[in-house]
Formats: sequence, C-alpha cells, structure tokens
Amino acid sequence: MFDFLTSKLQEIFRKLTSRGKLNPEEVEQYLKEIRVALLAADVHVSVVKAFSERVKEKAVGQEVLDSLTPGQQVIKIVRDELIGILGEKPEPLSITAFPACIMLIGLQGSGKTTTCVKLARTFKNQGKHVLLLGLDAKRPAAMEQLAYLAQKEGIPAYLGEGKDALELARTSFQYFKNHGFDLGIIDTAGRLHIDQDLMGELETTKKIFNPRETILVLDSTLGHASLSVGQEFQRLVGFDSLILTKLDGDAKGGAALSIHFITGKPIRFIGTGEKMEDLEVFHPDRFLSRILGMGDMLTLIEKAEKALAVSDKEKLERQLKGRISLTDFLEQLEGLTRMGSIKDLIPKIPGVTPQEADKKMLARWKAIILSMTPEERDAPEIINSSRKKRIALGSGTSVHEVNMLLKRFDQFKNLLKQAKKGTLPFLKNYSIGG
Amino acid sequence: MSWSAKLRNFLQKLSPSQFKLGPQDYEMFRTLMLEADFGPYLTEELLELFRQKNLEIKNIDEATMFLTQKLRDSLIPQSSLNIADTPPSVYLFVGVNGTGKTTSIAKVAHYLKKKGKSVLIACADTFRAAAREQLKIWADRLNLPFIGYPIGGDPAAVVFDALEGARSRNIEFLLVDTAGRQHTDTNLMEELKKIKRVISKKKEGSPEETLLVLDANAGLNAINQARSYHEDLGLTGIIVTKFDSPAKAGFVFAIQKELSIPVKFLGVGEGLEDLLEFSPDIFLKKFLS
Ligand SMILES: Nc1nc2c(ncn2[C@@H]2O[C@H](COP(=O)(O)OP(=O)(O)OP(=O)(O)O)[C@@H](O)[C@H]2O)c(=O)[nH]1
Ligand SMILES: Nc1nc2c(ncn2[C@@H]2O[C@H](COP(=O)(O)OP(=O)(O)OP(=O)(O)O)[C@@H](O)[C@H]2O)c(=O)[nH]1
Ligand SMILES: [Mg+2]
Ligand SMILES: [Mg+2]
Repeated sequence: MFDFLTSKLQEIFRKLTSRGKLNPEEVEQYLKEIRVALLAADVHVSVVKAFSERVKEKAVGQEVLDSLTPGQQVIKIVRDELIGILGEKPEPLSITAFPACIMLIGLQGSGKTTTCVKLARTFKNQGKHVLLLGLDAKRPAAMEQLAYLAQKEGIPAYLGEGKDALELARTSFQYFKNHGFDLGIIDTAGRLHIDQDLMGELETTKKIFNPRETILVLDSTLGHASLSVGQEFQRLVGFDSLILTKLDGDAKGGAALSIHFITGKPIRFIGTGEKMEDLEVFHPDRFLSRILGMGDMLTLIEKAEKALAVSDKEKLERQLKGRISLTDFLEQLEGLTRMGSIKDLIPKIPGVTPQEADKKMLARWKAIILSMTPEERDAPEIINSSRKKRIALGSGTSVHEVNMLLKRFDQFKNLLKQAKKGTLPFLKNYSIGG
Repeated sequence: MSWSAKLRNFLQKLSPSQFKLGPQDYEMFRTLMLEADFGPYLTEELLELFRQKNLEIKNIDEATMFLTQKLRDSLIPQSSLNIADTPPSVYLFVGVNGTGKTTSIAKVAHYLKKKGKSVLIACADTFRAAAREQLKIWADRLNLPFIGYPIGGDPAAVVFDALEGARSRNIEFLLVDTAGRQHTDTNLMEELKKIKRVISKKKEGSPEETLLVLDANAGLNAINQARSYHEDLGLTGIIVTKFDSPAKAGFVFAIQKELSIPVKFLGVGEGLEDLLEFSPDIFLKKFLS
C-alpha cells in the first residue's frame, strides 16, 4: 500500500515538475535505460560511458519542452547528441579526381569482396571505367569469387599472380596504371587486427597503391572487439571511412557507432543484402532509430518539436517564467480526483488542505474554473469583483468560494516555484525516481 | 593493463585481508564483463554474485576459484559428436553470412580423417559466388571426395545425391555446407528447413548434428542468431570460430543459459589444424590467463 502511494505521489510530482528543469536524478534515471539500450545494440561500453557523461552535462538543468515528459526530453537530448556525433546528413563517398584507387580492408568474412563489387557497380553506373583488383591469394577461391561477381556485373577484374602478397600488389598496381582505368577497387584478404605480420603487409600494400580512400568494412554483428579493431586498423594501416554490412539482419551495428566515435571516420554505406544492388548510402537518422530501438519515441519527439515551433511556443515561454494558468491547476485537480485514497494523499499535496480534498469540493472548483473565460484562466489577475460575481453565478457557487479558489491557486503557484528550486522538504522525502 | 590483469586486480580486492571492494571496483568489473560481450543482463547477475560473496572469500586464490567455478558451472561440459547407428552420420553446418562454415567443414573433415574415418564433403551452397570452388579446394587438399552443383542448383538435390553417394560408398561421415543466411530471412530459413527435412526423410534420425557456426568477434546478436536457428532447425551444437581473435565470446554464456546447446569446437585460425575440441577450461583460458 505504501509503495503504491509513494509511486502515485511520485507520479503527481513528476507531473507538477515536468515542465521545469531536468534534475540530476531524473537524468540519471533515464540515462540508465538508454545505456542498457546502447549496450544491447553492441555499442562499446567505454563509448557508452563517455557519451552518457556528455548527455548528462547537457541535460541537467535543461528546460523541459512543454509537450514532452522528462523521459522524452532526455531521449531528445540523446538523439540530438548522437546526430551531432554522426552528422546531420549522409557523407557519401565522393571521388572527383581520376585515376584513383579505393581499398577495402577488414576482419575475415566482414564482406569486403562482396562490397568491392557493389561499389564498382555504383561507379560503373556513373560512367566510370572501373577495374577490380584481387589481392587475396590466401583464402581458397577468393579470386574466383571476385572474378565471378565482376563478370556478372560486366566489370573487368585483374587477378594477378605473385610469389607473395606484396609482389601481387606491385604487379596489380602496374596493371592498373598501364591500362587507363579511372578507378581501381582493391579487395584485400581478411585479417585479425592483432596479426602483426598481416597488418604490416597491409600497410605496405597501402603504400604501393596510395588509395584515395581506404575503407574499413565492418560486419554489423561485431561486438566489443570493435574498439581494438578500429584502433589497430587505424594505427597500423589507417583508413578514411567505414562501411557497415549485413544490416538486413537484426544486428544493430553499434560497433560502427563505436569506431566512428573514437576515430571520427564517417560511415559511408551500408550493406543490406547479398545482391549487388544491396548497397545504400548511410543515413544517420535511420541508423539512430535502429540503435536506440525507439522509432516511435523519436517520431513523437519530432512531432512535439514541430508543434512547439508554432502554437506551443507562447505557452512554453509563459510557463518558463513561472506563469501557471488555472487550466494547468484544473488539470492537476483532475489528476487528483481520478485517484483513489485521496484522503491519505491530500495532506501531503502542497497547497491543498484535507477538507478541500473532498471530491465535491473539487467538483465545485472545477465548475468555477470552467465558468471563466479563457483569458481569465490564463491570467487570473484580471478577475475583478464584477467578473467574480459573473463566475459565481455561472458555476452555481459563491463569490467567497471563487476567492478561496484564487487564493489556493496563488499558493499552489508559489509552492511550485519552490519545488522547482528544490527547496521544498517534500521533495527530499520523495526524491523523484530514486 | 590487459583484460586479465584488470580481472586479477578485481579478484585480489575480494579478499578481506587486502582491501574491500568499492563502487569503482564493481564498476571496473562491470566494464570487464561488458567488454567480454556478456551483455548487460548477465553482467549484473555476476556482479550480484560478488556482492553476496564479498565477505566470505579470504584470498585471491579463493576469489579466482570462485569466479572460475561460477563461469565453468554455467558452461555445458565437453560433449562428443553424435554418431549414427548406421552410417553415414550427417552433419549439417549452418549460420549467418561469413562466420566460417565452409572453413569449419574443412577442419572437421580433417579432424575426422585423422581419426581414420571416411568422409564425404557436400556443398549445398548453390548461391554464393565460388562457394563450391572454395569447398572443393579444401576437399582436394584433404584428398576427400566432394559433391557440389553449380550456382542456381537445388541445394536439397545436392543433399539427396550426397546421401545416396555416401551410402553406396559406405562412407561414415557426410559433412554438408550450406549458404550463409540471416536468421531473419524467412524464405531462406524455409529453404534450410527443407534441406533438413530431405535428410531426415532419406535417413531416419539424421542429421546427427545440426551445427550453428558463430563468429567469436560477434556481440549480442549471436544470441538472436542462436535463438532463431534453434527454433527453426533444432540445433545440436555450436562451433565458435575466429577464437584466435582477442574477443572473448561472452555471448556463449547467455546462449547456454537460455538454450542449453553445447559448444563442440573452437576455430582458432584459418588452417586445417586450427580446430580445438571444446572444453570449459580451454574456453575460460582467455578469461583467467
Ligand atoms: N546478408 C548479407 N550478407 C552479406 C552482405 N555483405 C556480404 N554478405 C555475405 O557475407 C559473406 C562474406 O562476404 P565476403 O564478401 O566473402 O567477405 P570478405 O570480407 O571478403 O571475406 P574474407 O575475404 O574471407 O575475409 C558472404 O556470404 C556474402 O554474401 C550484406 O550486406 N548482407
Ligand atoms: N582467424 C580466423 N579466421 C577464420 C576462422 N574460420 C574461418 N575464418 C575465415 O573467415 C572467413 C570466412 O570463412 P568461410 O568459411 O568462408 O565462412 P562461411 O560461413 O562459409 O561464409 P559464407 O558461406 O559466405 O556465409 C574466411 O576468410 C576464413 O578464412 C578462424 O577460426 N579464425
Ligand atoms: Mg574476400
Ligand atoms: Mg561458406
């Protein structure tokens, strides 16, 4: 019973304070959920922590938008921060000077070979003369795989020969240079980021080709290996951007967010299937809904922001100045009447005495407020004695009762101001969300 | 500091003769477990165990023992391959794209061959470019018989013919490779169910093993993969590949807790010899070394 009451009280107080500033406890409470969502999406824990600190700094003390609950407000800040990190718009791969090379690198099985051909197809469709270069002499039939896909797309492929990977790289580069292609797309063998020899070999290969863009290809199922994978490929080879593959499954792809966070390298494309047309430009906003798993929530927030931009703006500004209308007061009163056990609760609600808790009394107050004009409800100070008489008559009450209500409303406003400043003892006993 | 050094540090503090665990220590442990891809829920469960145990443990050895025991207890012990009463034993390899199915087939074939068993390798991946060529190269290197059809062929037909072939040649093990597919792709999962049905129809009780191949570098999505594949096919075992990566594959704990599927092998490289029979001790080595 007591728990029930406490939670009810918290609910009321959340309502009362929800148009105020976000307090640290509140922010922490919602951030906790967001951290779990990010971790479940395979965002690296150290990135989650750093990000969470950033949001906390931004959020605490921020005004809550009129049309949002504090929880939604925190999610909005999270989204804005993530958009800030990932960039508002896609950053597509743009190569303007030719000839040029693009080199794909990454762990085993991440999707390099497939993505090479997908990319080649994209540039071919833009009228470029593209050559695919197979440098993977290690994995059985890697060359055949590339050759098959290239041939199907009508794109030439050079599958060189050489004693070792570096000789293969050199002869391939010569071939590319001597045959007047615009663009060379280089498929490299998969390797682990901790394999010093193979990483060294990749670094040398990169020096031979001096690619315009080196792309780290990431499997969207990648887990916490992401951080060291990103760090090591960056440190030992260096890359310019990311491609996230296999997003047609239900993996969230938090690894790409993590690697972007620590390296700042943009995510250019996503792979959404095994077919050659399954390559899409990366859209930060869609990716975020996927990561946060809160598509509906984000839509709601966007709606709220739009609505706010027009009609709610005035109301918001008024409320931020601490100007509460009688309509707000009525809403709070209605909240009270909807709940059972009102007698137990009332003594604890600031500004309302036990007698007034009487449901009938609340009904009369409601009648009084409803008999006011909208202007009177918004700015009760304009209610002079002649208006009071009219209101009393209209609601079937007395001028005395109208006066009582207005007095209570003043007290309510004052208490609310104190509550916002956090000076009310009540708030200490029932810390919100604690 | 390395991952296991950090873990030792934490365990050290468990013993009251040293100093007590503070909130930062718990936070560090939480981070460690998350870094090992245990996921947020299992991590909190482990933390709770330590909170309860904090005062009873007397020294680092006991602490290490406690953790090892907890982790070992939550792993299914070594489990041998299922063998058919009448050969061939059919092993079906399945999983999402690029996890290492084809390479694992080659390794398992090599493993069986070394034990003196006869093996037929079949490629029911008639979709991916050069999937057949890839597996054929392995079969040739192993000097083992191989069956596979060109791209666009019916994978169920490959399986049908392979079973006939294995029977007529008295072969003990038939290893079937399948095309990688996302567990969310219902059409492709139907195709896989059909492949399995064809096998059971042709030979009662087969396949003896339906093995899900998981990439050790994966995060929590591996749990979804296991859940869906198990629901669709009824898995008998798991192979964790690319375990030569520093990734700890903590998702295995969550999978075993929820689905009780044993891990049969660990893949630890790209060569034929890079296959380990699973045991909790080998798996846990990465955690405690
Ligand atoms: N579902 C899906 N599968 C993909 C995607 N991209 C690649 N694949 C598949 O993933 C598997 C591995 O792709 P590859 O292109 O061979 O990967 P790789 O990085 O070249 O592999 P290695 O050369 O062995 O390191 C293949 O089955 C591909 O068809 C994608 O976006 N979605
Ligand atoms: N480091 C390492 N690499 C591995 C291991 N197992 C497989 N690989 C590599 O991972 C890549 C993909 O392996 P495959 O066997 O082709 O994977 P798959 O599951 O058959 O791929 P699809 O048929 O395209 O779905 C190849 O480059 C393999 O050499 C392993 O245990 N360790
Ligand atoms: Mg490749
Ligand atoms: Mg394969």
